[in-house]
Amino acid sequence: MVVPRFDKEQILDILATIPDPEIPVVNILEMGMVKDVVIGDDGYEVIITPTYSGCPAVGMITADIRSTLEAKGVVPTTVRMVYDPAWTTDWMTDIAKKKLHDYGIAPPLHSSCNDEMLGNNTITCPRCGSERTRLLSRFGSTACKALYKCDACMEPFEYFKCH
Amino acid sequence: MTQQQALYKYSLRLGDNALILSARLSEWCSNAPFLEEDLALTNMALDLIGRAQAMLKYAGEVDGNGKTEDDLAYRRSEREYYNNLIMELPNGDFAYTMVRQLFVSTFELFFFEELQKSTDATLAAIGAKTLKEVKYHHLHAKDWVIRLGDGTAESNRRVQQAVNQLWMYTGELFEMDGTDALLMKDGIAVNAEHLKMGWIQMVTQILALANIELPADGYMQTGSRMGIHTEHLGHILSEMQYLQRAYPDATW
Repeated sequence: MVVPRFDKEQILDILATIPDPEIPVVNILEMGMVKDVVIGDDGYEVIITPTYSGCPAVGMITADIRSTLEAKGVVPTTVRMVYDPAWTTDWMTDIAKKKLHDYGIAPPLHSSCNDEMLGNNTITCPRCGSERTRLLSRFGSTACKALYKCDACMEPFEYFKCH
Repeated sequence: MTQQQALYKYSLRLGDNALILSARLSEWCSNAPFLEEDLALTNMALDLIGRAQAMLKYAGEVDGNGKTEDDLAYRRSEREYYNNLIMELPNGDFAYTMVRQLFVSTFELFFFEELQKSTDATLAAIGAKTLKEVKYHHLHAKDWVIRLGDGTAESNRRVQQAVNQLWMYTGELFEMDGTDALLMKDGIAVNAEHLKMGWIQMVTQILALANIELPADGYMQTGSRMGIHTEHLGHILSEMQYLQRAYPDATW
């Protein structure tokens, strides 16, 4: 039996079908979690990096990558996790940020972590577009999000923290 | 002691600190004063468990005997744990937990700022990742300590009491021994003693804003570098390790 070979681009296309388990409107490539695909003589290696070190979705993402690739015949596949360089929200694509916004999550502002620490960021409400918003808690329903409230439309919303 | 042994112990220490503080913060799950705070405390516990996993995994690799992060977490007894004593102390009230968070996260701001420059690539990578997370932990603790200290007479009293009780456990954070000395020669370990001045300055500033008095320097409790702990660690481990002790090698 001839084992079909896949090139990197084909594999990336397959990986782009895997959603982030916690924010299913974006995929793992748009999130900037896939660092590289290495094609060796004896198999394929996908290198990923976690968004937050304790992110509980990493186990599921790893399993999803393996099962999705295997289903397409990309075997054998291993998934390796690296920490360096540390993941940053700056790696999220503009498309991903737009999708987050449309999903009701305020996307991270670009390279603004220091301002954010000082509380100088203005976060726009993803529902009504108002800038009259305030921080309720720096920690939200997942490690990567903070809780905000809009004082214009009175709706609470989540903000994807700059990281 | 070889460099490999020192690196194993150093990684264990960093992993144990994160693991044990994570266990304590997890105890707040469903017990915090209100929902947002419940989420915050468990979010921080999650960051810590991720850090513990990375550090203990690395310790297992350095050791080279095939031990996984789970083996190291579930199959060592108290005397083989090297977390600082402050991590294992019971949570006390909310003020006590927040003062501990302030002391520890302020230390970690300085510590991981340095560890990310380590010549050991793995420690440096985990250090850089951790620093981003610790900044949030620090802001959170700082906000609460100021809010409570500068709050009512009762909340001020509780913060002051927590500061007084926890103070003698802060000296250990800066303690160094032969393990540190050996690794510092090659730029692997952080010179913790050098961090003390910055830590004191930052903590003093925050406590002043909180109308809290700094305790006089006095006796500092020590022991964890040699694996000597308070009576509280054994109780954490008995709960955490129960399943693996009762059903070795159980998986799901």
